Amino acid sequence: MMEVPSLQKAEISIVKVENLSKSFGKLKAVDSVTFEIEVGEIFGFLGPNGAGKSTTIKMLTTLLKPSGGNALVCGYDVSKSANEVRRSVGVVPQEYTADEDMTGRENILLCADLYGIPRSNSIPHVEELLKLVELQDAADRKVSTYSGGMRRRLELASGLINYPKLLFLDEPTLGLDVQTRAAVWKYIRTLKFEYHMTLFLTTHYLEEADSLCDRVAIIDHGRIVKIGSPEELKASLGGDVIVVGVQESTPDISQDIAKIKLVKDVKKSDNNYRIKAEMGEEASPQIMDLVRSKGLHVTKISLTKPTLDEVYLEYTGRTLREEETNRMAMMSQRINMSRARS
Amino acid sequence: MEKTTRSATTEETVLKGSIQESLDQSAGKEQTFRAAPKMDKSPLHGMWALTQRDLRKWYKNPILLMMSLIQPIIWLGLFGKALNFTSFISAAPGATQAQTNQIMLSTFGTTSYFSFLVCGMLAFVILFNSAFGGMSVVFDKRFGFMDKALTTPISRGAIVIAKVLQVVVRSLILAAIILVVGAALGMETSQMTVLGLLGAFGAMFLMAFGLSSLFVMLALRSSDWQTQMAVINLLNLPLLFASNALFPVKIMPSWLQTVVKFNPVSYANDAARQLLIGATGANSLLIDFGVLIVFAVVFASVSIILSWRLLSK
Repeated sequence: MMEVPSLQKAEISIVKVENLSKSFGKLKAVDSVTFEIEVGEIFGFLGPNGAGKSTTIKMLTTLLKPSGGNALVCGYDVSKSANEVRRSVGVVPQEYTADEDMTGRENILLCADLYGIPRSNSIPHVEELLKLVELQDAADRKVSTYSGGMRRRLELASGLINYPKLLFLDEPTLGLDVQTRAAVWKYIRTLKFEYHMTLFLTTHYLEEADSLCDRVAIIDHGRIVKIGSPEELKASLGGDVIVVGVQESTPDISQDIAKIKLVKDVKKSDNNYRIKAEMGEEASPQIMDLVRSKGLHVTKISLTKPTLDEVYLEYTGRTLREEETNRMAMMSQRINMSRARS
Repeated sequence: MEKTTRSATTEETVLKGSIQESLDQSAGKEQTFRAAPKMDKSPLHGMWALTQRDLRKWYKNPILLMMSLIQPIIWLGLFGKALNFTSFISAAPGATQAQTNQIMLSTFGTTSYFSFLVCGMLAFVILFNSAFGGMSVVFDKRFGFMDKALTTPISRGAIVIAKVLQVVVRSLILAAIILVVGAALGMETSQMTVLGLLGAFGAMFLMAFGLSSLFVMLALRSSDWQTQMAVINLLNLPLLFASNALFPVKIMPSWLQTVVKFNPVSYANDAARQLLIGATGANSLLIDFGVLIVFAVVFASVSIILSWRLLSK
C-alpha cells in the first residue's frame, strides 16, 4: 500500500451532501443520501446496477436536478450555482462521449473551448494531458480507430482539461481488460498523490474500491447502507480468520489462545484451531509463539482476510459476483448494439 | 425561510475559503499542471467551437455534401425541365407568344417556370437540410456527446444556437451551389444584381434560422432517431407543398392559399423571386422580410427557452 504523503490530512469537505434524493416518477433512484468527501481523498460509491450511483454523480455534476435535499460541491450549491460547479469539477462519464469522427486531440481541445479556456493555454495543456494518459502517439488519429482502453483514457484526459479540484469518475474501468484497468488505476493514483486532486468514483468492482478508495460508501436501492474505509468495513465483520494446525490434538489450548489481546474467538476441531482475530498479521506470530511455548508443533497456518465481497454480502444481502455477471452480459449487449448502429 | 437561506450562503462562503486554503497548501508540490487560466464566462463562449465541430464533419465528408445536392438537382433537371409550362400553354390552339407570356406572368410572376422553380429549390434544400439539423441533436444525445457538453459551463442556449448556426451555414452554402447549377441549366439571370443576391440570401438566412430552430427544438426532448425521422417526414412535405416553392399560389384552391399564407417558406420564396429574377411578388419585400424576421426571432427564442428546461432533467 502506498502511504499518504505527509502533508495535511485536511479535514475539510469538498463535497457536502445532505438528504439528497432523486425520484423518477414513483421510483426513488436516490433516497435521501448524506455524506461528505474530504479534500484529497478518493471516495468510492460501491453498489450494484441501478443502486443510484450514476444518478448521484449526475446530480453532483449538475446533469440532473435533485428532487430533494441539497449538495455543496467545491463550496457551490449544485442547484443554485450550477455553472460554478461545472467550472470547478471534472467529469469522466460512464459512457464514451468523445466524437468518433474527430481526433483525440481535437476532442480535448473542443472540451477546452466549451470551458472557455483560451487556446493559448489549452493547446499546451492538451499536450500535458495526452502525455499523462499516454496517448501522444494516437492523438492525431480519429477516435473511431481507438480501442476501448484508449477511449477511456481519452475521456479521462478530457475530464481533466479544466484543471478540476475534484474529479468524478463514473465506473472508470467498466468493461476494460486487466492491463488497461491497472493503467487507469495508476492514473487515478497519480492524480491523487502527485496532483493532489480529490476523486469521487463509482464502481461495482470490489477490488477497485478496496485498492483505490480511502473511503467507500456501499449504496443499495438508492440508500447508503454503510460508509467507511475499506479496512473499517472489513473490520466491522469481526476480523481475520487464522487457522492453525497442530500435530498433537491434546492438550486443548483454546483458552490460552483466547487470552491473546487481538484474538476475539477460538474454535477447536480435531487438530485445528479456527481463530478470529483483529489484525491477523500481528496476531498470528503471537499465536505461533504460544503454541510452541506449550510444546506443540505447528503443521500449518493460514490467514484469511475478509474481503469487501463479504462486507457487501453482509450489508446488501447479495454478492457482487452475480451482479457482475449480469453487468457483463449487459455490456456485451451494449457493444453489439453500438456496432450495429455504426 | 429567509434565515435558513442566509445561513446556507454563509456556510457556502466559509467552505469556499477553506477549500481554497487547503488547495493552496498542497500547491507547489512535485508535479502540477500549468496554472489554470481565466476562463471565458460570456454566455456565447464555446458556441462557435460547437458550430465548427459540426461544420468540419460536414466538409470533411464530400460524399455527404454530394448526397444533399443530388436530390434538388434531380428535381431541377428532371422535374423542372419536364414541366415546361410555357410550351404547355403555347400548345393551346390559337395561343400567341404574347398571350402565353401574359398567362405565365400573371400566374408565375415570370415567363420562365424553370427560373421560378430554381428559387423554390433554394427553399427546398434549406428546408430539408434544416430538418436533418434536428437529427444531429438526436445523435449527439445518443452517442453521449451532449452529456459531455452539458457537464461544461457552456450555456444551454449556446448549444442550441450552435446547432442552428451550423445548419444555417450549410443551408446557405447548398443554396448557393443550387443557384449556380440552376443558372448553368438555363435560369433567367439577366435581372440579378449583387444587392438582389445579398437580399435573397438574407431572406434565406432568416428562413433557415427559423426552420432549424424549429427542428432543433423538436429534437431536444427525444433521443430516439426513429421518432425524429417521423417528425421530419410529418413536417417536411407539408411545409414544401403547402408553399409557393413548386407551384404558384394562384392556381391553388382557396383553403390551400390560406395555409400557404401561414407558411414562412412562402415568404422567403416570394422575396427570393423578386430579388433574383425580378418576378412580381405576392407581397411587398417589406412584408416578406418582416414576417421572416418575426419567424426567426420567435422560434430561436422559444428554442433557447426550451433548452433551459429540456436539457436538464
